[in-house]
Amino acid sequence: MLTRILRQPVWREVIMIGGVVLLLATAIPQLLYAIGQGFRVGLLGRFMALGIAALGIDLIWGYTGMLSLGHGIFFALGGYALAMFLLLQLPAGKLPEFFSLNGVTELPWFWQPFSSLPFTLIAVILIPSLVAAIVGYFVFRNRIRGVYFSILTQAALIVFYNLFNSQQKWINGTNGLKTDSAMFFGKVVSSIEVQWLFYLLSLFGLVGAYGICRWLTGGRFGRLLIAIRDDEPRVRFSGYDPTGFKVFVLAVSAALAGIAGALFTAQSGIITPNAMDVSFSIEMIIWVAVGGRGTLVGAIIGALLVNFGKSVLSEQFPAFWLFFQGGMFLIVVAAVPDGLVGWAGRTWREWEQRSSRKSATYPQIDLDENLHREKTQTEKLHNSGK
Amino acid sequence: MERILNIQELTVSFDGFKALNDLNFSLDRGELRVVIGPNGAGKTTFLDVITGKVKPTKGYVQFKDRSLRNFSEDQISRLGIGRKFQTPRIYQKLTVRQNIELAGNPHKSLFGTLLGKKSPTNQRQVADLLGVVGLEPKADILAELLSHGEKQRLEIGMLVAQSPELLLVDEPVAGLTDEETAEVGQLLLNLSADHSIIVIEHDMEFVRQLSAGLGSQPENRVTVLHEGHVLCEGSMAEVQKDPQVIAVYLGSEEQH
Repeated sequence: MLTRILRQPVWREVIMIGGVVLLLATAIPQLLYAIGQGFRVGLLGRFMALGIAALGIDLIWGYTGMLSLGHGIFFALGGYALAMFLLLQLPAGKLPEFFSLNGVTELPWFWQPFSSLPFTLIAVILIPSLVAAIVGYFVFRNRIRGVYFSILTQAALIVFYNLFNSQQKWINGTNGLKTDSAMFFGKVVSSIEVQWLFYLLSLFGLVGAYGICRWLTGGRFGRLLIAIRDDEPRVRFSGYDPTGFKVFVLAVSAALAGIAGALFTAQSGIITPNAMDVSFSIEMIIWVAVGGRGTLVGAIIGALLVNFGKSVLSEQFPAFWLFFQGGMFLIVVAAVPDGLVGWAGRTWREWEQRSSRKSATYPQIDLDENLHREKTQTEKLHNSGK
Repeated sequence: MERILNIQELTVSFDGFKALNDLNFSLDRGELRVVIGPNGAGKTTFLDVITGKVKPTKGYVQFKDRSLRNFSEDQISRLGIGRKFQTPRIYQKLTVRQNIELAGNPHKSLFGTLLGKKSPTNQRQVADLLGVVGLEPKADILAELLSHGEKQRLEIGMLVAQSPELLLVDEPVAGLTDEETAEVGQLLLNLSADHSIIVIEHDMEFVRQLSAGLGSQPENRVTVLHEGHVLCEGSMAEVQKDPQVIAVYLGSEEQH
């Protein structure tokens, strides 16, 4: 019974993921605390949140071929939504502190619904995906794609950055929203209990996001995304309208970035317009490129690896992190264009092929009995000759 | 005989250059028509207009008595017109089977593709098609690993999987060996039993093979395009004797 379950790839994957989740929820944090690296647990939680955003990037870039340089927008929208909720957990009649500095005495209308947790949770997902769907619809309907799409997303990013940065009165402008001293169910957000809760939420969020992406990319829908990536005009002649498909995956990807932004904000204690910095959106691309685009595991590994590399290296050589990051990106693009996981997968398949001695392109040769007999005879002759 | 395709006074101009010039053309249901013409005669533009890639400047294309002007490429494809491109355009990073499955998917909407179930009939259709185009042993390898000739056959398979009523086939034997050319020719002849087909061709030898395969059926006709309009139409024998055709096309072929 158990062996039969183990033989099915789906169950093998489920068991493997379960194992990794168990380790990340128990042994790994314990181990980090034991060796005096407890602060890395917090980092791990944040980076898992970034992994969710990386999955979204992989979905649209690795699978569908749309390179978005503006995912910071969706990340920030999610982050601001949760930050607004956290800042509103105050005794009745009180306003978040920064309002009084800006002379605001009454809660603005668009802040009001964010005092509700269910509304905020829906907003974290729905606001980014609606913005993405609206922008995406007009862009894709007009058949704008490739590098023009990338430029448009970057321009949109700068628009949103300036919009948020200039709203000193309503959302505290450049200073952003500080959440670490806010309250969450009677506990300070920066307390160990709340942080551990968000660590677990990031972990399960990442698993959930992986599951959704796995489901989307695994079947016929995922193969259509790949077809759109490789030859979009051809897809039309096969009878599909790519617009709806592209709007849909862009919206899913934006929702994932929004969730990532919310989880990250709760753990880093602040969200500012800097989340819409051009370089941060490009970093998201780097995570996926390094890990391996077109492989979901690659996106997650890339996000964790690059960010841990960033934190370790910038502790040792504070001035040089950007050089490392740029160098790493160049090496990956030049030497392993399909990323670490893509490279590992390719090497493994080649090794497997060589050991099984099957030809990739001519299966009928392997099936041909005459050829097979000749081959074994030649091998026998060859061996006896030795 | 019912007309499946009817084109009247079709003109397509790109910045004043008329790729198609006052072209009239019609095709009966069940017919296999070969369209020939020298380079630049407008053969590919002709297919572009029918499939909605290019909109006509003047005139109209009717498919089953319905004007195609306001339909997009994907809608026209779903109406029942399938197209095979000059250079094989297949999805390189998908397997042969997945290529055919994607083309033959009966639910082409977003949620149909996402949630629709594979029906047993559909799977049988895919398996049958793999046999028809002779790619069964390679069904599960990536399409990019196929040879040029196999890619041509795969694309014809994808075309048929869409179950179109009208097949538009653009130079299906370009770059193929003689043996492969004969195979593709036979495949098209088999398909012509229950499809209407337009074959655009450059290779006169192949056109003769198709004509010979069809025998002397009355619907076995060849259309010659020249400078964006129909120069002449008739059986292969008639076309070859036409002095105008000899002058613009066959004549220049015979010279070398």
